[in-house]
Amino acid sequence: MQRVGVFVCWCGSNIAGTVDVAAVAEALKNEPGVVFSTDYQYMCSQAGQDIIKNAIAEHNLTGIVVCSCSPRMHEATFRKTAAAAGLNPYMVEIANIREQCSWVHKDMTTGTEKAIILGKAAVAKVNLNTPLTPGESPVTKRALVIGGGIAGIQTALDIADAGFPVDIVETKPTIGGKMAQLDKTFPTLDCAACILTPKMVDVAQNEKIRIFSYSEVEEVGGFVGNFDVKIKKKARYVKEDICTGCGACVDKCPMKKNPNEFNLGMDNRPAIYIPFAQAVPKVATIDPNACNMLKNGKCGLCARVCAAGAIDYTQKDEIIEEKYGAIVVATGFNPISMEKFDEFAYNQSKDVITSLEFERLTNAAGPTAGHLERPSDGKSPKTIVFVQCVGSRCDACSEKGKEYCSKICCMYTAKHAMLTRDKYPDTDVYVFYIDVRTPGKNFDEFYRRAVEEFGVKYIKGMVGKVTPEGDKLKVQASDLLSNKQLHIDADLVVLAAAIEPDKSARPLATMLTASMDTNDFFTEAHPKLRPVESPTAGVFLSGACQGPKDIPETVSQAGAAASKVIGLLAKDKLTGNPCVAHSNELMCNGCSSCERVCPYGAITYEDKEFRMPNRTTKIRRVASVNPAVCQGCGACTVACPSGAMDLKGFANSQIIAEVDAICK
Amino acid sequence: MKVSYFPGCTLKNKAKDLDEYARKSAEVLGITLEEIQDWQCCGGVFTTAKNEIATKLSSVRALKDAAAKEQPLVSVCSACHNVIKQTNHAMQTDSDFATKVNNYMAEESLYTGETQVYHYLEMLRDLVGFDALKEKVVNALSGKKIAAYYGCLLLRPNGVMQMDDPENPQIMENFIRAIGATPVLYAMRNECCGGYISMESPDLAANKSNAVVKNAVAAGADMIITACPLCKYNLIKNGAEIPVVYFTEVLAEALGVKEDTNE
Repeated sequence: MQRVGVFVCWCGSNIAGTVDVAAVAEALKNEPGVVFSTDYQYMCSQAGQDIIKNAIAEHNLTGIVVCSCSPRMHEATFRKTAAAAGLNPYMVEIANIREQCSWVHKDMTTGTEKAIILGKAAVAKVNLNTPLTPGESPVTKRALVIGGGIAGIQTALDIADAGFPVDIVETKPTIGGKMAQLDKTFPTLDCAACILTPKMVDVAQNEKIRIFSYSEVEEVGGFVGNFDVKIKKKARYVKEDICTGCGACVDKCPMKKNPNEFNLGMDNRPAIYIPFAQAVPKVATIDPNACNMLKNGKCGLCARVCAAGAIDYTQKDEIIEEKYGAIVVATGFNPISMEKFDEFAYNQSKDVITSLEFERLTNAAGPTAGHLERPSDGKSPKTIVFVQCVGSRCDACSEKGKEYCSKICCMYTAKHAMLTRDKYPDTDVYVFYIDVRTPGKNFDEFYRRAVEEFGVKYIKGMVGKVTPEGDKLKVQASDLLSNKQLHIDADLVVLAAAIEPDKSARPLATMLTASMDTNDFFTEAHPKLRPVESPTAGVFLSGACQGPKDIPETVSQAGAAASKVIGLLAKDKLTGNPCVAHSNELMCNGCSSCERVCPYGAITYEDKEFRMPNRTTKIRRVASVNPAVCQGCGACTVACPSGAMDLKGFANSQIIAEVDAICK
Repeated sequence: MKVSYFPGCTLKNKAKDLDEYARKSAEVLGITLEEIQDWQCCGGVFTTAKNEIATKLSSVRALKDAAAKEQPLVSVCSACHNVIKQTNHAMQTDSDFATKVNNYMAEESLYTGETQVYHYLEMLRDLVGFDALKEKVVNALSGKKIAAYYGCLLLRPNGVMQMDDPENPQIMENFIRAIGATPVLYAMRNECCGGYISMESPDLAANKSNAVVKNAVAAGADMIITACPLCKYNLIKNGAEIPVVYFTEVLAEALGVKEDTNE
C-alpha cells in the first residue's frame, strides 16, 4: 500500500476563490492510502515546495498528489521537488483544480465538489503508480535550420558562434528571404540590404555553416538529439563549387522574358539567372521551364560563354542524408493572394499593387532603379492611396482573408507614406485604416511623424471599391470620423495585403509532427513561457512561421531559438520521457494494429521464440516499442485489441481507477 | 436530361425573350426545362424578417414540386434564383423556419431543402459544361467584346449563393468565352444598378446605372449581358449607349436558334 500525501494549492484566489481548499484537503484525508493532507497559499513557491519535501521525510510518503494548476504548468516543478526529497519523480500526480475547475465554475459548492472528485481520481491513480526511470540517448551535435531568411540567418549565426555546426536549407537559389526584397526598414529607415547583406556574407564565410540553397527538406525521421533528415538539392544545372558568379551567362542567355520572382514579376529575367547582385551563394541557376537547351536541346549558349565550365545540363536532383540534434523552423511568410479582393481591382489594373511590390518599386535595385513610377505607363503618381488591413482582421465567417492582425502593415505603410512624401513632396498620400496599431520602441513616434511632419492624410475607414477608368483609379471610400463618402482619383493604389505562413509550412509540420494552429502558424510549446519551442521535442521556431513579426522581433526570436538549440546541443546525453508504451509479448497476437496507428514510427515487429507446453518452442511475431522514439501518446494502447499494449505512467488499470474514483 | 424550371412573373411578360431563348437553347444542349405546374411569384425579395413566411411559401412549393420529381430546380431570373436559393438554404439550416413552413402548408410530406437549386448559368457550367457548350456552338460570336454584368443579386450573399467569387467572378466570363466572344473585365460588373430605387428616386438609380455602363464602355465593351430583368430595365432606361441584352439571347444566337424565336 502506498503512503500518499495530498497538497492542495490556493493559487492565491485563483483556486481558493471558488474552491473551499480546506474542505478539499479534509475530504481527501479519508481516501485509501492518504496519510497526510494539507493546503497552502502558493504550493509552487519555495515555502510550498518545502512543505512537500518535509512531509515526504516526516511521513515517509511514497506517493504525492498536488491539487493545483494544469500539469502543463507545474508538473515538472513538483516532480523536481519530489526528486529533491528522494522520491521517484513519477510518483507525483497533479489534479488540475484550476483550469478545469475553479476557472470554469462560479459557484463555491460546485467548485469544491468537483475539486474533491478530481483529487480522489488522482489519489486512485497514484496508488497504482510505480517508480519510472527515464532512458538516455546521445545527441548529434549539429543543427538544421529550415529557411534562409533573416530568422534562419540569425539563428544559424548564433548557433555557429557557440561552436556547433549548422546547415541552412533554403528553397530559393539564394538566402536572404523577404528582407532582401525590402527597401528601407522601420523605424530607423536604414536600408535593408545594408544591414542584411553583411550577415549573408557572414553566413557564407562561417566555416561552421553549410548552405543548401535551392533545396528542400524531403523526409524527417528520428527524434530529439537524433533526427535523420533527407534534403533534396534540386538540380540548378550549374556546378555550385565552380561557378564564380561572373554573370556572363546571364548576359548572353537569349530567353530573356521570364517573370523575375525577386521583383515579384514586375520585370523579366533570363532563363539562367542570379536573383540579385548580393545573392549568397552567388551562383547562377537555370530555370528548367524557361531554358531552351533543357526543353528541346537547342541553344547551349551559356555553356559556351562560361569560362569556368560550370554549366552542367545533365545535373540531377541530389538527395543528401544528414543527422541533426535539433531542427529550427524558419519558413517565414508570404503576402496572401489578392485574387479574392477584386473590389480593389488588383487583377484589373497594373497600378494597383501590393506593399511588397511597392518596396521593389522604391528599391534602388528594383525594376525602376528606385524611381517611383506607375507600372502601367511609367508616369510618376501624383495621388497615392494606401489601403491597410486588406485580408487582415476579417470576419471569422468570411470566406476570404484572415481573422488575425498581420501586425507589420501599420508600420510599413507609415514608412511607405512618409518616404513618398519625403522624396516626392508634391504627391498627395492617403492612408485608409481600421485602427493604427503601432506599439513598439519608437514605433508610435514614427507613425505620428508621418502624420504631423510629412502630412500624410490618415483617414479612418475602408476603401469599398476601386474602379480603373482611363489612366485614373477611382477610389470610393468612407471616412468614418466625418461620416462621409469619399471619391478620390488616384494614380496608384497600394494594398497592405495580409501575411500568411509559407505554403511549405504545412507539409513540413507533418514531417516534423509539430503542431500548427488553424492559420498554419506553428504552435509554440507555451505561448508565454516557451515561445520559441515547438511542443515536439527538439523542434524550435524562429520568425514569422510562428506568427506575424517585424524584423526586430524576428531577430530576437531567432536568437532565443538559437540559445535553446545551443542548450540542447551542449548536452552529451538526453534523458527521455519514461512514460512510453510497452508491449506485453505474451498477450500480443501480432496483428499490427498498433504499428499502423503510431504517428512516430516507434513500433516494429519481430519474430521471437516462446516456450510452449511440453518443452516445445514456437516462433511468434510480436510488437516491440522503441522507447527513444515513442512520445507516449497512447494511440497504440487504444488500438490494441488484445490489451497487450500499455503506457507506463498511464496504464489502463490507472485510467480505470481514476474513472472509478470519479464515478463512485 | 429533364429539370424543373421556374420562369417567374417577369419572364412571362416584360422579359419574354429571356425565357424563350433559355428554353430553345436548353433543348439544343440536351436539357428539357419542365415548367413547374401552377407556379406562383417567387416573392420578389427574400425578406430577412424572421417571422415572415408568407412571401416564401411559393418558393417552397416550387422546390417541393421539383423534389417530388427528383429533379434539380433551374431558374434564370437573378431575382427569382436569389429568393429560391435563399429560401432553400433557410429550409436546410433554420429548423424553426422549416417547421413553421411545413406546419403552415399542412401537407403529408415534409420538405427540408432536399432540392438542388441551379441558376441557368450554373446549369451551363455544372450540368452541361462550358466545353460541351462550346462544341454545340454553330455561330461563334468571335470578335464581339462582351461585358458581363452580374449586378448584386446573382452572387450575394456568397455564403448562401455559392455560385462564384462575389468580387472576382468567372462564370459569365467563361460563358462568354464558350460562345466564342471575348469577355471584357471592368470594375463595376458586380455593383448594383439601382434596383427598385428607380421607382422612388430615379436620379439615384440613373447614377448607379450610368456608372456601370460608363465603366464597361471605357473598358472597351460593345455589348453588356445580364441575367436580371431589373438590371436590364435600369441600364436601358438610363440611356445605355451600347446594347444590353439577356445572356440567353447571345446563347441562342451562338447556338443558331435565335431566328426561330423571332416571330
